[in-house]
Amino acid sequence: MSAVTDTVATAAPANPISQSVRDSLVVAKRNLIRMTRIPEMVIFGLIQPIMFVVLFSYVFGGSMQIGGSTSPEAYRNFLMAGIFAQTVTFATAGAGAGIADDMHKGLIDRFRSLPMARGAVLTGRTLADLVQTALTVFVLAIVALLVGWRVGSNGDTNAGKVLAAFGLLLLTGYAFTWIGALIGLSVRTPEAATSGGLIWLFPVTFISNAFVDTTHMTPWLRHIAEWNPFSATVQACRTLFGNPGVSPSDAWPMAHPVWASLIYSVVIIAIFRTLAVRKYRSATA
Amino acid sequence: MPGAIYAEGLVKTFGDVRALDGVDLDVPEGTVLGLLGPNGAGKTTAVRCLTTLLRPDSGTATVAGIDVLKNPDAVRRSVGLSGQFAAVDEYLTGRENLQMVGQLYQMKAKAAKQRAAELLEQFNLTEAADRPTKTYSGGMRRRLDLAAALVVRPPVMFMDEPTTGLDPRNRQQLWEVIKQLVSGGTTLLLTTQYLEEADHLAHEICVVDHGRVIARGTSDQLKARTGGERVEVVVHQREDIPTATDVLRGFGKGETTVEEHTRKLTVPVTGGAKLLAEVIRELDTHGIEIDDIGLRRPTLDDVFLSLTGHMAEQKSEDNGAAGNTKARKRTKESAK
Repeated sequence: MSAVTDTVATAAPANPISQSVRDSLVVAKRNLIRMTRIPEMVIFGLIQPIMFVVLFSYVFGGSMQIGGSTSPEAYRNFLMAGIFAQTVTFATAGAGAGIADDMHKGLIDRFRSLPMARGAVLTGRTLADLVQTALTVFVLAIVALLVGWRVGSNGDTNAGKVLAAFGLLLLTGYAFTWIGALIGLSVRTPEAATSGGLIWLFPVTFISNAFVDTTHMTPWLRHIAEWNPFSATVQACRTLFGNPGVSPSDAWPMAHPVWASLIYSVVIIAIFRTLAVRKYRSATA
Repeated sequence: MPGAIYAEGLVKTFGDVRALDGVDLDVPEGTVLGLLGPNGAGKTTAVRCLTTLLRPDSGTATVAGIDVLKNPDAVRRSVGLSGQFAAVDEYLTGRENLQMVGQLYQMKAKAAKQRAAELLEQFNLTEAADRPTKTYSGGMRRRLDLAAALVVRPPVMFMDEPTTGLDPRNRQQLWEVIKQLVSGGTTLLLTTQYLEEADHLAHEICVVDHGRVIARGTSDQLKARTGGERVEVVVHQREDIPTATDVLRGFGKGETTVEEHTRKLTVPVTGGAKLLAEVIRELDTHGIEIDDIGLRRPTLDDVFLSLTGHMAEQKSEDNGAAGNTKARKRTKESAK
């Protein structure tokens, strides 16, 4: 039969890992192209954290006591690590909505009918979100500098430490997008993914050291805040940026924030990637 | 030797619903099987099971000789899927979509690029190739979708309702493409609610309802099961209906059905066009004025109706057969 002899040779790939990397990059490219075609999504993603910086630093700044000072400058320098961390976690909602939309439109079915690596659709998506997150963080850093944020305002820092802080932020954001991926695969509509992807982020980012000093919290709430994975990243960034308000706590994640942040992120990726890929394999629109 | 698509005893349940309730299929290489049935009959579930998107609860299936359950990845390399649920990305251009699909079929980037250009040419999409598919018309999008399924020239194709929602011209175009494809030796399983489409494209038809194959055969065989020709008469005046019924009784091989409000009478006959002439003369003799008369051969609509007892749900606005189908339904109802 001519159709059979005509078949383009698609030999079974020799190495599943290189196939997985290649497929993930193909999907990541697709998602990045999409972002350039829907620039309003990227722009809204930028406006929100910028608005937070301006609102928090001007509304709350001056009424918050940070490291014994109530000056707006101190709060601004304290705040930025929190805003950065919140911004990277909000990428979760985008990942969830994007994947739910792909399910809804039948693209996930298309991908699942192709002989590609199983996790590549999700990995490609999360990688593309990582690029967007990096862009957002970059713009946000410029805005922060404009409103008076300074690294080393309250302690030692250097270029290496600042870069390490941004690295931790991106890793945290990447880990959180896997939670978003699982949400996106679990809900029925893109709308549900958007709201479902955001709601839980409010307690996670607010019951933390991001916007207020945890030492003023009720003890039980303070415990939650100090063991919150999100707080570890904030504390790590504050320490590495040399900004004020590093919480003087004995809780292990607060005492070793860089390690805690790394470990939390790796654990989140391991758990949620496994769950999301499993969900993807049986996904139905 | 089993065919290019072979399934035995496929069962798939969703909660209490048995979406597939023991489906057997056997599609010889190079032929087209039409899976015909109303919404919710289980057509899509069958396709999803055969293309590895869903795991059946029980049963076995092979596609291109490969076990669907044991070796799903090899099946994915050998099939193309197109239709209502396998979409293209609306923000990517046609070219980007095809290149992406090619690469995910594990073609090298350069080969995928070349193949995309070929397909765009073949499907008459070259001009629109570098526009996001969002801007495409319904027909163009379907063509692109079909092209995406053909990237690796798969020996076996699945099309799930490929022409649903297309206007008649676009449907005709797509039919031509599908015919070309099959003449090249591709084995095709096609689901459709359009009886006309199955009649037109499929070598064999399986009528599916409630997750079961309730009839199979060629279009002619299925029509033969439903019986022969009928004469349909629409009389001009309602008062003539009783007389006309008496006239038709003389020619009929069965009961005459009457549809009062459209003044239509239908009676099964044998004898073809010659008989039709006699009917006309006889009606004329009785002074009955007629608006319309015709000899109707059974359509797949009739087959479908008689087999399932309910209608294939159709979008009437873009389907030429729909008017006819609705009339059938009324006939059936008035016959009760």
